[in-house]
Amino acid sequence: MTAEASTEEPTPTSAGLSGQGTGMPEWLVRIVLALVPILLALIVGAVILLLLGRDPISFYVNIVRRGLISWIGLQETITRCAPLILLGASLIVAFRAGLWNLGIDGQFLLAAVITAALSAWMIQSAPAWIVLPVGMIAGFLVGAVWSLIPALLKAYQGVNEIVTTLMMSFLGVSLANVLIKIPFNDPNTTVPQTMTLATDDRLPRLFGTTINIGVVIAVVVILVVHWVMTRTAFGLRLQTVGANPKAALHAGLSVPLLTVVTFGLSAGLAGLAGSVEILGVWGNVRADWNPGYGLAIIPLVFLARFNGIAVIGFTFFFAMLSIGGETASRRADLPNYFVLVLVALILIFMALTEWLSHRRALARRA
Amino acid sequence: MSGLLSDAFLISLVAGAIAAGIPLLLAGLGEQVSEKAGVLNIGIEGMMLLGAYTGFYVAFLSGSLWLGFLGGAVGGLILALLMALLCVRLGLNQIVIGIALTLGADGITALLHHVQFSRTYPRLPAVDTLPIPILSQIPIIGPGIFDRHPSVYLAIIAVFVLVWVFRRTNVGLNLQAAGDKPAALDAAGVSVTTTRTLAVLFTGMMAGLGGAYMSMIGAGIFIPFMTGGAGFIAIVLAMLARGHPTWVLYGALLFGASLSLTTALQVGGVNVPTDVVQMLPFAMVMLVLVIFARRSALPAALGLPYVRGQR
Repeated sequence: MTAEASTEEPTPTSAGLSGQGTGMPEWLVRIVLALVPILLALIVGAVILLLLGRDPISFYVNIVRRGLISWIGLQETITRCAPLILLGASLIVAFRAGLWNLGIDGQFLLAAVITAALSAWMIQSAPAWIVLPVGMIAGFLVGAVWSLIPALLKAYQGVNEIVTTLMMSFLGVSLANVLIKIPFNDPNTTVPQTMTLATDDRLPRLFGTTINIGVVIAVVVILVVHWVMTRTAFGLRLQTVGANPKAALHAGLSVPLLTVVTFGLSAGLAGLAGSVEILGVWGNVRADWNPGYGLAIIPLVFLARFNGIAVIGFTFFFAMLSIGGETASRRADLPNYFVLVLVALILIFMALTEWLSHRRALARRA
Repeated sequence: MSGLLSDAFLISLVAGAIAAGIPLLLAGLGEQVSEKAGVLNIGIEGMMLLGAYTGFYVAFLSGSLWLGFLGGAVGGLILALLMALLCVRLGLNQIVIGIALTLGADGITALLHHVQFSRTYPRLPAVDTLPIPILSQIPIIGPGIFDRHPSVYLAIIAVFVLVWVFRRTNVGLNLQAAGDKPAALDAAGVSVTTTRTLAVLFTGMMAGLGGAYMSMIGAGIFIPFMTGGAGFIAIVLAMLARGHPTWVLYGALLFGASLSLTTALQVGGVNVPTDVVQMLPFAMVMLVLVIFARRSALPAALGLPYVRGQR
């Protein structure tokens, strides 16, 4: 397929969900659109739990108690938000520019490993206030570099980026494991892992809590991304490329260059997410560690309609679900995977709710 | 490196290429039909996994692999039915729903496995093979290719059936039109929705069969998350094959070979870290893409829902 014809490929923006224009105020519509599907998913989830012979009420109560109400759990939930929000910011950049960056898991993990190795090595001769920013910059760069091949192929050859980013993601995950097991392996441990950054040298924590400043960085970053994408000329250019690459070309924009820049920013932010997770929480990376946040965060960003503020809200809910779900599953003697089912149900019902509201909006207009 | 050319290494490589390649082949053929019709089926990973579970479970209960394959096909079909309903009928976002279905299948199969088997992993008995006379006597490749379970031969025959369908039948033409110019198909009096629905259902069935092969014959056991990205590889195979079923076959065997290279190398006496070998198939795809960049083609309307009268 030629570069010209490739403009008709589906893009995140063209395939996006839509639905506006009911009588209710916009913010109320959004809240209802978010709550109804969650409620429906919880009901269907409850039926599944009943079929498995478990008590759904106590399961859900345990999720909320552990993920939201208990102080320790709430701190874990907020800490978990940091990488997720940064990954959300990463996807907002790409999706608003009409590019599928489905390789964030690889970018995240590779950046995490290199950040871990670099910071543990640097800390021997430099203070933490130098090591931490350098680690984050390194993570950003690693992520960006890992997107270079898909970006160049897309920009100058019109090669579909869904395939290339997915492939680079699998490659990145394997390469990260190779790095952990061979060059960066800590010789003092039995399980292959990188050298550990001591707790005192990690990202500072907020006011005596276990929450590190990673979440503050994440929120600032996503707000800046949101502002840049919606309120600046640069953001408008990216959105134009996303909405209609042909029109962007006629408007005198360098579409290939913007494509490469977009990929660099998006993948860089995914890398930053990996750095923050390592510098803030873990201090090292173990072999075969792969939280696989990407698959969960991609649909959330869609459902937030690429809105940074909404992503923060969805992310918090998802983090609560995954933190609380661990405990609730253990108590109900179920594997932790029940949360996956809940997330899947929420996604399907959210898409359905959007569709219904869109239909209603169309009916009103007609 | 004398071990590399030993018979043991080559036999193991050929056998492994088939064992790991058949699930990819089945799913890749399915995805190809779906992509041709304009539906990007990201949910295929979930369909394979559900098929792997239902196939294994039915075979485990009944003791029959053929019933197992039926179970696998039904498992894939269930998810495909959801996908067709949500994405083709209602036109919801194919990526969101596809990922949701994969996540859901990940969760539900792990849950069901836990409820039924707790933490044990029962194994199916070894598979009876159907050696093809004379051909199975060929040294090295004979036992690997021509002494397999009959389903392997059927999967390879399916490639040529699809070639015929794409080239010689109206169904093939309709599929192509549904992906490239749905409005033209509509104007010709053929329902785009029905064409795409059937394509998605076919994909689900094939993915389910592929998953069932993977659990029942390839591994002999079911492990949660056992597909491990095979569905995504199938998507790539279908994209690279540009509508040629035979290319899916070559791709699947190539991927299968590199997936089984670790085992084969160990048999040949060479020890390479698993992770390095696991990178091979993906590195190969990237290499192919860099070299043949412009040749990976996709239908024009891929991923876009069809709404009659809408431009």
